Amino acid sequence: MAQNVPTTDDALERRKSAIGIQMTILYSIVYAGFVALSVFQPTWMGARAVLGLNVAVAYGLGLIVIAVLFALVYNYLCRVPPAGAASRTSSASGPKAGQQES
Amino acid sequence: MTVGVFLIFVALVLVVSSQTSRRAGSVGGYFVANNSIHWGVNGVAFAGGYLSVASFLGICGLIAFFGYDGFLYSIGFLAGWIVALFVIAEPMKRRGTFTFSDALNRSFQRPGIQLAAGLSVLVVSLFYLVPQMVGAGVLVEPLLGIPHYWGVIIVGSVVILIVAGGGMTSTTYVQFFNGGLLLLFAGILTVAVLVRGVNTSNAGMEEGLAGLEAYRYANVAAEFGSELIGVDLPGARIIERHATLNRHTGAETLVLYRISHLIPATAAGGGTYTANIKGRSVEFEGASGQGVGWEIEQMDGETYVRIEDWWRLEAMADGAQRLLETQFRSVLPEGGVLVNGALESSSNRLRQMGGVSQLPERYGASTGAIGPLRLLSVFADDNTVVQQPMSVAFTAESGERVTVYYEAQTPGSVFMRPGLMFPLEAEPGEPAVTTLLNRLNFISLMLALFAGTSALPHILIRYYTVPSADAARKSTIVAIAGIGLFYIFTMYLGVGALANGALNMETSNMSAPLLARSFGEVLFAMISGIAFTTVLATVSGLIMAASGAVAHDLMANLVRHEVSDNAKVLAGRIVAVVVGVVGIVLGIAFRDMNVSFLVGWAFAVAASANLPALLFTLFWKKTTAEGIIASILVGIFSSVTLIMLSPDMWVRYGLDPATAPMPINQPGIISIPLSFVVLYVVSLLTVSKSEVPAPVTAG
Repeated sequence: MAQNVPTTDDALERRKSAIGIQMTILYSIVYAGFVALSVFQPTWMGARAVLGLNVAVAYGLGLIVIAVLFALVYNYLCRVPPAGAASRTSSASGPKAGQQES
Repeated sequence: MTVGVFLIFVALVLVVSSQTSRRAGSVGGYFVANNSIHWGVNGVAFAGGYLSVASFLGICGLIAFFGYDGFLYSIGFLAGWIVALFVIAEPMKRRGTFTFSDALNRSFQRPGIQLAAGLSVLVVSLFYLVPQMVGAGVLVEPLLGIPHYWGVIIVGSVVILIVAGGGMTSTTYVQFFNGGLLLLFAGILTVAVLVRGVNTSNAGMEEGLAGLEAYRYANVAAEFGSELIGVDLPGARIIERHATLNRHTGAETLVLYRISHLIPATAAGGGTYTANIKGRSVEFEGASGQGVGWEIEQMDGETYVRIEDWWRLEAMADGAQRLLETQFRSVLPEGGVLVNGALESSSNRLRQMGGVSQLPERYGASTGAIGPLRLLSVFADDNTVVQQPMSVAFTAESGERVTVYYEAQTPGSVFMRPGLMFPLEAEPGEPAVTTLLNRLNFISLMLALFAGTSALPHILIRYYTVPSADAARKSTIVAIAGIGLFYIFTMYLGVGALANGALNMETSNMSAPLLARSFGEVLFAMISGIAFTTVLATVSGLIMAASGAVAHDLMANLVRHEVSDNAKVLAGRIVAVVVGVVGIVLGIAFRDMNVSFLVGWAFAVAASANLPALLFTLFWKKTTAEGIIASILVGIFSSVTLIMLSPDMWVRYGLDPATAPMPINQPGIISIPLSFVVLYVVSLLTVSKSEVPAPVTAG
């Protein structure tokens, strides 16, 4: 199956996958920090942070906003093919299901 | 009107469904909508299917009752999407055709993997289905005035129609429709909360009843000798004292007194009287109170009724002890139910609770219209005091089963940080092991939410409805943006429901609709209708996933001969009906659990059963088919067993939760790592024996 996928796509896929894993790890660290703070220093979570918000609310909203930002950054990185790779993405390689009616 | 809006919403869903069901005849059409869904539509459909009634009603209710701890679910539910986007979305689309077992099985082609994966989809779908069904019942009971089980039956039937009739295409458009509505109306309600602002008068019209005035609970002087000897109420007699003890120190944490006293009554002729019970005008017959402490008495030429109710002892700032009025509901041993001392009836029900009793000085009694960040900062202020609803249930000396509802004066700074629902800080006298277990329980939940999202079957099948891996990625990003925005709204809906005194003491799940009701019947009807379509959308996705798992994964392997496409579609439709019926039965059985809580379990099972298999096949070359099968089965079995042995289930069985063999409620912290370890070890043990060539890596 792998043979009929162009190697340039393979390279792009590997690159995307590497970026994805790095960003997942980064986000997991931020998330784990949040859980750790909640568990071990819950009173700190009540302290004032930014914009009049306390740490809990600022960190919590921050996790949501960062997730959206990460998603956009990842999408941007995925659009730019690495030097030397064809500009085609792997869009043609997705298996199609069943009968097409079109 | 609510009924009308309800019917309109259900009709709209059915129209959307039937308009799109034409393409469901073929296998590709029925199970994956011919890969023809646009990524934008798919993204909103992700949101519409994922944002279940647990996100909408459950989280709003938890935030309203427990403050920040409810929002933790929002955070975990969203964070899981990061794993879905970065790790799962594109490989899943590239490697699979119909179901996620295709992706797992691509390099192995072993029936065992398909069977195990199909089984896991079935189990997780059912676990997730139950809270959705419960939510449907909770909604219709107060809204349409029909029993809980009817709501469950209606949802089940409509969903069976959608899925069995229109397959994945109809499911997608129903979810798309619902996702759009949810975001729109949660946004409208959030703006309404901000424009009204927060005030300390609680003047919102409770339950939308123009005649029901805001009620100030009484706070009366108490006289103490060695015990309570006098209460500043007319004709007071002290009947009984009940104290709640701290489990560890034995100290009294809550002291309640049952006091018999007189309240003014008005003769309405013909032996009937009316009395004002907590702001409600209740009519009763003079003789009806015999035996339940209701007697008409005359004092100084005025007519009174003698009533027994429960008061809470509280030490005031000046050191004086005073008694605070509570609400209560008690079930008499000989049958019959009293609410606030009078017989329960349509005119004598528990009042809604909640409110803000103090704002920072610069705001006085009302903030007026307020900005979104400012509102949250006001709530988190040390000088804000919220009226957090609490309840305590016990058996009184007379054998009545009493539940007392009262409002704790909780500082905003405590309400808006973790700890009110999940006890994270060590309480005085608490054994260290209890603190540790509480913390583990919390970590376990947050882990399950983070790891579970990307392994949910009704999310995984959505990747196959789009034409390409790029489209799968883009639709996931649309989903993250939409879902993130929605979860930010939940914060405002939750604190808004509390601030506007919109809390029904018997079900936290009604907080968001009741908040809407404080803005008028129209918004109430709309929000309730949307909550209902939310159930439809999520349940459709789940049943669709279950249908695909059975028809594509289980049947294809259990039936020896080649299954025709028509037979597969027919099997898919039949499974949809069967799973729908099972969901209805379970939804009725589990009616009174908070829906978010149940969903937390579904995430734990999904994360334990599916995630290790997904990650290892994508990223570890030595993964073997045996490893995958073992991990899926161990994941399902361990998480479900741990849930069945948990303290919460012990309560459900009618046993003492302290005796449950599993000390924490959330299984994730044990079952997820266990499933990973099993996959790793079994793969290592079987790698040499496996004749199958090394799997293609995700690369």
